[in-house]
Amino acid sequence: MLEFKNVTYRTEEGKEILSDISLQIDDRFVAVTGPNGSGKSTMAKLIAGIYTPTSGKIYLDGEDITDLSITDRARRGVSFAFQQPVRFKGITVKDLISMAAGKKISVGEACAYLAEVGLCAKDYVNREVDGSLSGGELKRIEIAMINARGTKLSVFDEPEAGIDLWSFHNLIQVFRSMYERTHGTILIISHQERILDIADKIIVVSGGKVTAYGAKNEILPELLNVQSGCRFTREVCD
Amino acid sequence: MDAIQKNLLEQIAGIHEVPQGAYSLRVNGALYGKNDSENITIVKKTDKSGIDIYVKPGTKNESLHIPVLLSQTGLKELVYNDFHIGEDCDVTIVAGCGIHNSGSGESEHSGIHSFYLAKGAKVKYIEKHYGEGDGSGKNVMNPTTVAILGEDSYMEMETAQIKGVDSTKRNTSAKLASGATLIVREKIMTHGNQFAETDFTVDLDGEDCGTHVVSRSVAKDNSRQTFLSHVRGNNRCSGHTECDAIIMDDAQVTALPQIEANHVDASLIHEAAIGKIAGEQLIKLMTLGLTEKEAEEQIINGFLK
Repeated sequence: MLEFKNVTYRTEEGKEILSDISLQIDDRFVAVTGPNGSGKSTMAKLIAGIYTPTSGKIYLDGEDITDLSITDRARRGVSFAFQQPVRFKGITVKDLISMAAGKKISVGEACAYLAEVGLCAKDYVNREVDGSLSGGELKRIEIAMINARGTKLSVFDEPEAGIDLWSFHNLIQVFRSMYERTHGTILIISHQERILDIADKIIVVSGGKVTAYGAKNEILPELLNVQSGCRFTREVCD
Repeated sequence: MDAIQKNLLEQIAGIHEVPQGAYSLRVNGALYGKNDSENITIVKKTDKSGIDIYVKPGTKNESLHIPVLLSQTGLKELVYNDFHIGEDCDVTIVAGCGIHNSGSGESEHSGIHSFYLAKGAKVKYIEKHYGEGDGSGKNVMNPTTVAILGEDSYMEMETAQIKGVDSTKRNTSAKLASGATLIVREKIMTHGNQFAETDFTVDLDGEDCGTHVVSRSVAKDNSRQTFLSHVRGNNRCSGHTECDAIIMDDAQVTALPQIEANHVDASLIHEAAIGKIAGEQLIKLMTLGLTEKEAEEQIINGFLK
């Protein structure tokens, strides 16, 4: 489905963020985790085409997409939910969901996507996606857009960031239902044990390298035993 | 009316033929037609070019259209339109000017609109400016609006200049009595070598009157824009002025919002922001499958919506 072949990414200043990453993703629900600054978001941006690798290749269903633009990748079925959603003056929630769906949609259709992410649709559908929406609301709208796109690969960069604990349970449900309902591949960058727990496979990135990659049952217990960061998330979730 | 004139009418007023109800239609420097309604009377001025409009007190939910069309190149005109709005009216006035200039002469329309709102009157005033034509002659529009708002009256003014006007100087001044409210929403897009200047002066004279003057604009190519606003709080009142501009290419934008408090209970705010389209906005829309150009259009359309 998705393959990284010897992918290295260096910033313009020459700092190496990802070093010679090679991996193949074929499972339908894969979580990427690792410490802050390990290069997880960079991986997501390389997939979406926001960054281009300094060296190496990226393949989507066997096609070399390394040099394709963001637009071309989006049209080939890559969706990307930002960690920090973008605000737009004058563009409404319905406008954005229509653009995501790639066609004009009815209020009813827009509402269905919003209801799925726990937003009371009629309150939101005509709201502008501007500073009047909270961070948590924006994150959910971001997920609703990915649902509206319904592409073969959906990449989420820390979807839990900015979502309150009460909504967190619903967020898990959203991903569960996305997994059951769609046929696409879901790739989630996350620090949350409960998100990692619903994945088929987990990739651990640390210091710009993939340090572990395997079935959830193998990777998760190890992570919970070793990493202090995960102990924190466990306490919060419990 | 010919096809060009009909298109201009659609651009500025959203209609294809002469409007329903009260209207005054001016084509190529002369009165083309007018119609009174039971409550709205239009009288041609005798001492100068223009009309007087009288709206009877208590008139509710009526609209008035006063479009101006210019399709003859090189025509220059100055028109005075005075609106006398009776007590407790609630009316919508749709004005606007469309110029089609396919020749080499400069076409210019300058309209001086004066509004006199009696006590409790409510007016929604919509004004659109549009220019087109492939000639080398320039399309020039210099609208002046004067609004005298009586006690507890309310005026909402929506102005839009989206395309084809080479040069514009818009001058708006208002005086508000006690309890009156003035809302101004301006939208401007300039491209090519166009120039647009807007200048608002609002005197908040009466107790508890208030205004919001909000301008959103997009400046493309080599165009230049200047936004000036001067809100004076002369009593217990509230005033807010805001200019938000997107700058592109080699354009220039100047914003000079000015607030002046002449009373201790005057509460005044000004905001001004100029910036290019944020890169992350473009990227977000591109990840939805839009090209960079399509993303830019969506962002601008939303901003000026």
